[in-house]
Amino acid sequence: MSVVQPAMPKSWRPESKPHKFCPGCGHGLVLKALGEAIDELGIQDRVVFGCDIGCSLLSWDFFNVDSVQTHHGRTTPVMTGIKRANPDLITIAYMGDGGGYAIGSQHLVNAAARNERITVILALNCVYAMTGGQMAPTTLPGMKAETAPYGRDVELTGAPTQGPEMVAAIAGEGAYVARGTTANLRQLKGYIKKALQNQMDGKGFSFVEALSACPTNWRTNAEKTWAFVEKEMPKYFKVGEKKVPGAEQKEGQ
Amino acid sequence: MPEKLITEEKRVFMTGNEVCAWAAIAAGAQIMYGYPITPQNEIMHYWTRLAPKHGLKFLQTEDELSAGFTTCGGVMAGLKAFTATAGPGNVLMQEPFSMAEAMRLPIVSIIQQRGGPSTATVIYSQQEVSLTTFGGNGEGLRIVYSTATHQELFDYTIKAFQVSWKYRFPTFVLGDGYQAKMRESLTIYDPEQKGIKFEPATKYVGQPGTPGVDREPGHYRNTYNVEEELYEVLQGYFADYAKMAEEVAEYQAFDTEDADVVVLSHGVVSRGAKEAVEMLRKEGKKVGYFRPITLRPLPEKQLKELAAKAKKLVIVESAQGQFAKLIKDVIFGATCEIVPFFKPGVGITTDEIYAKVNEVL
Repeated sequence: MSVVQPAMPKSWRPESKPHKFCPGCGHGLVLKALGEAIDELGIQDRVVFGCDIGCSLLSWDFFNVDSVQTHHGRTTPVMTGIKRANPDLITIAYMGDGGGYAIGSQHLVNAAARNERITVILALNCVYAMTGGQMAPTTLPGMKAETAPYGRDVELTGAPTQGPEMVAAIAGEGAYVARGTTANLRQLKGYIKKALQNQMDGKGFSFVEALSACPTNWRTNAEKTWAFVEKEMPKYFKVGEKKVPGAEQKEGQ
Repeated sequence: MPEKLITEEKRVFMTGNEVCAWAAIAAGAQIMYGYPITPQNEIMHYWTRLAPKHGLKFLQTEDELSAGFTTCGGVMAGLKAFTATAGPGNVLMQEPFSMAEAMRLPIVSIIQQRGGPSTATVIYSQQEVSLTTFGGNGEGLRIVYSTATHQELFDYTIKAFQVSWKYRFPTFVLGDGYQAKMRESLTIYDPEQKGIKFEPATKYVGQPGTPGVDREPGHYRNTYNVEEELYEVLQGYFADYAKMAEEVAEYQAFDTEDADVVVLSHGVVSRGAKEAVEMLRKEGKKVGYFRPITLRPLPEKQLKELAAKAKKLVIVESAQGQFAKLIKDVIFGATCEIVPFFKPGVGITTDEIYAKVNEVL
């Protein structure tokens, strides 16, 4: 009897698998989409992968590509520094919504405004996960978190950050911006591929947000986790391409 | 091939910040990542004027955190990268400087000190000593040169690019607002013609070949899973640092052999200290002069000898004892008296030092 092994992207590093993320975490899916995109574009020899502190740091040895794990929110400037020094490399800054929209938002905004030829991939799970489920800039209205135990009150704390919409508004000509979801991996991979291709073409900044799950801090079972990712999150965070070089803005795809 | 900036030894009359930009280019710096803050701005101004003529790069970032982290990125990509900052900017840069310590990145930073705490003054101070030598979370695995003249700004900026790549510790040139802004004559030169050898920049990322196929991937992190893992890594770093320290520590001293009182200072204050000691010696008084050029690592052996021989050490600095703390730590156990002469954030003249030493002789 033969054992069927699930197909792993070639650019994944088998030595560091099984990966270190919690069971049911969305990071594994986003990184699978990214791994397949790297394979299909044939760029494993020139990708530099950067990750933050927070859960994304657990991906520091995830791929067979050069990787740098840096500080909360600082992956964008580190990848910018590398790209500016060696434009032949394909630099990917990988982070969570805390790293990208809270502590690192200044870097994200300015990298987008300068149209840095880098690719930012951001996993959005509505909480600070590594530190134990505190409220994030993206926590949904009414959603419970450790520092919003009665549910997020938008009167007090503002509304969830709409990252791709913000980036699309400030990024220059040639930028690519999209929001995908781990509930539709084929589409997410397509967006990531386009984002990487955009960097390879030297057109401009590229940014993909991926709706992702944190069953640990959401305290949900498999069914409720998927229901949240598939039904609740897209109500606030509309999936689709927000900015495509040379095309009309497309929404809701 | 862009033309060389300096082809022969030449006397020039420049501001300190201009000197730093010229020295960085002479030392083979390839990219500067910077963010404006007084009093170091002109390093960036001169760099951006000279760089395009020599095929060099520049990025003005959104803040000092970004300038520090992009500098780390530049070094990882295999370029000789540097930055410059001061005061509150130096505070922000401690985060990337700590990462450079953790990952052994040879980043060079020029610090032109200003007053503190916080925004304070933009003109002059020696109050960034603690921050530059031991700032950040960690153990202060850095090299810090404290310069006194424009000639030294030139020499030690060049040296910073040399030693940082040789030993892989973040390296600092610690000047001050007076050095940054004043104009003074010095001799500039092509380091190659002086026989100064530089380590080639190597790539941390982007080496030839496909990772996992032809070579191992470079996986750099500063997070460890267990305490013991970090402990082990740090033991290696401490050993490297101790070995390097003996080769790197520098100082200047005179008339210390028979001195009852030795004046200790660093940086620009040493100019006044030197003159005061020379005046006192002419009067036949047993006074000596000692100045560490490296504040980190300190010339420990010489400082211990000094403290064992002298009756009094007069420690002079434009801060409330930041430099004195470093000295006291090294000479712990010595019985000589320590005489503080602290003027935080304010310049100190020859006459003041002369009067102070006379008072305690």
